[in-house]
Amino acid sequence: MGKPITFQWAINHGIAEEMRRDPTVFIVGEDVGKPGGPFGVTRGIIDEFGAERAVDTPISEGAIIGLCIGAAAAGLRPVAEIMFMNFITLCVEEFYNQASKMRWMFGAQVKVPMVVRAMTAGGYGAGPHHSSSLEGWFASMPGMKVVMPSTPVNAKGLMKAAIRDDNPILYVEPLASYRLKAEMPEGDFVTPIGKCEIVQDGSDITIVSVGRMLQESLKAVGTLAQDGIKAELIDLLTVNPLDMDTIYASVKKTHRLVIIHEAKETMGIGAEIAALVQDTVFDWLDAPVARVAAPFTHIAFQPKLEQHYLPDAGKLVAKVKKMMG
Amino acid sequence: MKISKEIKIDLFTRMVKVRTFEDETNKIFMAGKEMPGFLHLSQGEDAMAAGTCANLEINDAIYTTHRGHGCIIAKGADLKPMMAELFGRIAGCCKGRAGSMHFADVKTGCMGSNGVVGEGMRLAIGTAFAQKYNKTNNVTAVFFGEGATGTGSFHEAFNMAGTLKLPVIFVCSINLYAQMTHKSVHIAIENVADRAAGYGAPGVTFDGNDVEVVYEEVAKAVKHCRAGKGPYLVEGKTYRHYGHFIGDPCNYRPAGELEEWMKKDPVVLYEKKLLKEGVLDAKGVQAIKDECKKLVDESVEYARKSPQPDIEELYKDIFA
Repeated sequence: MGKPITFQWAINHGIAEEMRRDPTVFIVGEDVGKPGGPFGVTRGIIDEFGAERAVDTPISEGAIIGLCIGAAAAGLRPVAEIMFMNFITLCVEEFYNQASKMRWMFGAQVKVPMVVRAMTAGGYGAGPHHSSSLEGWFASMPGMKVVMPSTPVNAKGLMKAAIRDDNPILYVEPLASYRLKAEMPEGDFVTPIGKCEIVQDGSDITIVSVGRMLQESLKAVGTLAQDGIKAELIDLLTVNPLDMDTIYASVKKTHRLVIIHEAKETMGIGAEIAALVQDTVFDWLDAPVARVAAPFTHIAFQPKLEQHYLPDAGKLVAKVKKMMG
Repeated sequence: MKISKEIKIDLFTRMVKVRTFEDETNKIFMAGKEMPGFLHLSQGEDAMAAGTCANLEINDAIYTTHRGHGCIIAKGADLKPMMAELFGRIAGCCKGRAGSMHFADVKTGCMGSNGVVGEGMRLAIGTAFAQKYNKTNNVTAVFFGEGATGTGSFHEAFNMAGTLKLPVIFVCSINLYAQMTHKSVHIAIENVADRAAGYGAPGVTFDGNDVEVVYEEVAKAVKHCRAGKGPYLVEGKTYRHYGHFIGDPCNYRPAGELEEWMKKDPVVLYEKKLLKEGVLDAKGVQAIKDECKKLVDESVEYARKSPQPDIEELYKDIFA
């Protein structure tokens, strides 16, 4: 274990290590090269690997993702940055019609190994065009994988795993977690895609946390423990494909489930998990599956309204207490 | 530029192959029993496909449109898996999943038709990026019509190809209609080629029905791209004989327009020219037509013999 590093620096190290290991890996996007990324995540990469592998582009989100798809189909491994996740709306076509379908549509003639980084920025007053969490759209696309790191260690591990994966992957990084610090495991490591992590064992209720909600969930678990409620905390880590077996096993043990995510509740990841759980382990449930997520409206720049909109530890604690009766 | 006899025969053969395939496809589709889905035919634009692809090597890439059969045949794809794909059979080049609008033949550099107008351009810059990244000297040609120049894809892809100096040849076939609406509604200028200047690239306009002109102009574009000078736009004025889709009544065309363009049918014109020049005699022409017909007939037979995909195929290959 070395000196602790931040979440954003862990992403940087994950990318750089893979670029050292594999000459087909390159980064591409707006400001990723010389400026080192709009929030400094790709700082230094251009100095080590040169402008051929750290490619600054015009503001053309569709063309950035199109470039990734064409390059990936030709054998390269692009790692693109799309900046604030709202801007990904400008390239949903490329994700949905092209990247996610290409391998299947072409009868397995190609692989499309590419990673696209997009940032969620809830909690910063960044407003309606800079704060959305749209990962659910992408998780509903067959052929797309979606990963949501929650700590510096899995930020690095998931980045390395994503770069090595042969499929298109959306990598969702929360601005609010950039400053988290942790020591990295020694040597080369990956966090497996498609596996969630049981962060804390418990017996009374299962909390499935998505992305940066892990920090809120950890706080909530602490508060609940003071009231004698032993919550089992699962960090989802991968949204597609979902690791439902781990969730089913936990529900069979605790008999209660609540899912917390920053994205809207309506048509969300929590809804999908709830449906699968009631379909498969209904008989083990002692209470309806609950969700703590954003309401069905828009995220505001105004701090009071934004705070009301975003899920947090307090809302999770209140929900769990209600469920425990 | 002197075009050799071999190249002339090659250009003619590519066009006849395209035309024969498309005519047969039309017949089978219109019979209504064997080809599911939608089909868009490319008769009339044969010279753009043949003249462009005759300049390309197997490792060069093309992207094409929903009207893409001709380009893919001209690039050298095997007709059998292509035809089986149109039939929706498991022996199709995409296992019968893609059909006419979405298929690809990667081993011959055909990186896909596309059901979304203009989208090939954004993907093409990625393949060109890989060609440059790997220092291969290969190029990527992307076919589109004038209607696609109204998309963000055209601007984004061309601009990025310009800034990154990517070896992309933008091949615009002006066929006068984007779906069912005339060119004048789609572009505010006469020639798409004028737009190339905005991306720091050369742009040329020419008669897209004269296969030798197409060949010569694309040769310059390929040379430019292989030399690492960035993208290039070629624009051929041509015409779509069959309307937007098979069965399109084409009631948006003014009377007499099709008849005028049929006089400029690129395959007929070139046959006359080669006969006149003595490059081929009537027997030679017939031999090429017979050979192409044989290949197309064999492809139909191959397609008919192939089974439909099993239901399990729907769930395979979603992830690598």
